Amino acid sequence: MATDTQLASWEVFMQGKPGANYIHAGSVHASDKKMALQNARDTYTRRGEGTSIWVVPTDAIVASNPDDNDMLFDPANDKAYRMPTFYTMPEGAKAI
Amino acid sequence: MTEQQALYKYCLRLGDNALIQSYRLSEWCSNAPILEEDLALTNFALDMTGRAQALLSYAGKLDGNNKTDDDLAYKRGERDFYNLLITEQPNGGFAHTIARLLYTSTFEYFFYTELLHSADATLAAIAAKTIKEIKYHKAHATDWVLRLGDGTEESHYRMQQGIDSLWMFTGEMFETGEADALLRDKNIAVDLGAVKSKWQASIAAVLAEATLALPKDEYMQTGSLQGVHTEYLGHILTEMQYLQRAYPEAIW
Repeated sequence: MATDTQLASWEVFMQGKPGANYIHAGSVHASDKKMALQNARDTYTRRGEGTSIWVVPTDAIVASNPDDNDMLFDPANDKAYRMPTFYTMPEGAKAI
Repeated sequence: MTEQQALYKYCLRLGDNALIQSYRLSEWCSNAPILEEDLALTNFALDMTGRAQALLSYAGKLDGNNKTDDDLAYKRGERDFYNLLITEQPNGGFAHTIARLLYTSTFEYFFYTELLHSADATLAAIAAKTIKEIKYHKAHATDWVLRLGDGTEESHYRMQQGIDSLWMFTGEMFETGEADALLRDKNIAVDLGAVKSKWQASIAAVLAEATLALPKDEYMQTGSLQGVHTEYLGHILTEMQYLQRAYPEAIW
């Protein structure tokens, strides 16, 4: 892989509307916080996609290793009793 | 000169500034130092095209010959363009383009802030829409001038070169003609004297913080208020207007 010479990498998270979750939009290159925010704005928000942005240095994100997927995520699948699906929904409850 | 003719010329000047600078910035498409900056500069170009469209549409209505914004952009000769000479100068290196953007966006920021209070409702409305974009252009240019000026020896040198070589085109921004005087009396046009002192103070502060030297006022270029341009505008129009000239009334 070629060495990335384009400044540091930052991850961009955007909120579509006030109160909504921040969702990962992509990444940008920048040399500092201010530039990261501006680049994120220029790259991801020009068509009204968001009203608020977070930028986080890519280094600051701790990610799980895909090689560990068996160990981390697989055990959940065959234990249906862990799912709250055996309860009868109270009448009138729309979102539980 | 009637008030309507004065307003027509005033709108052309503002619209042409936006149109020609937009053209120059769009030349950065696929050529900027990094992808993010490529997007930023071309986004600015689109902002400016929008502003040009609003101003030239308005000018077309004032002209009385049912001209559209496209007519004015694509079917006018070089001598009928009134954009500032600084807007048509070649891009040069990145620092050179940033120096121009600092000069013009700082000017536009103070200019359009004043224009918000214009007695002409259409101009005031265009100013209200465009000032948000200009604020961002100014912030972006200022940040880059600070980074490059106060960066490495090489970036400092290039930034200073850009600042110095474009300085002689800044005097023109504050020139006034017959149209300005007439519209000033009606509180339609902006007081360029007031804009000038704010511009000078702002530029001096940014350059000082960026550890760059403020150029001295020496010879200043002039001419665009009379439609006299540097050699570069002709080249821009040749390319920009080619399609309309080769295939008149072409649509797609």
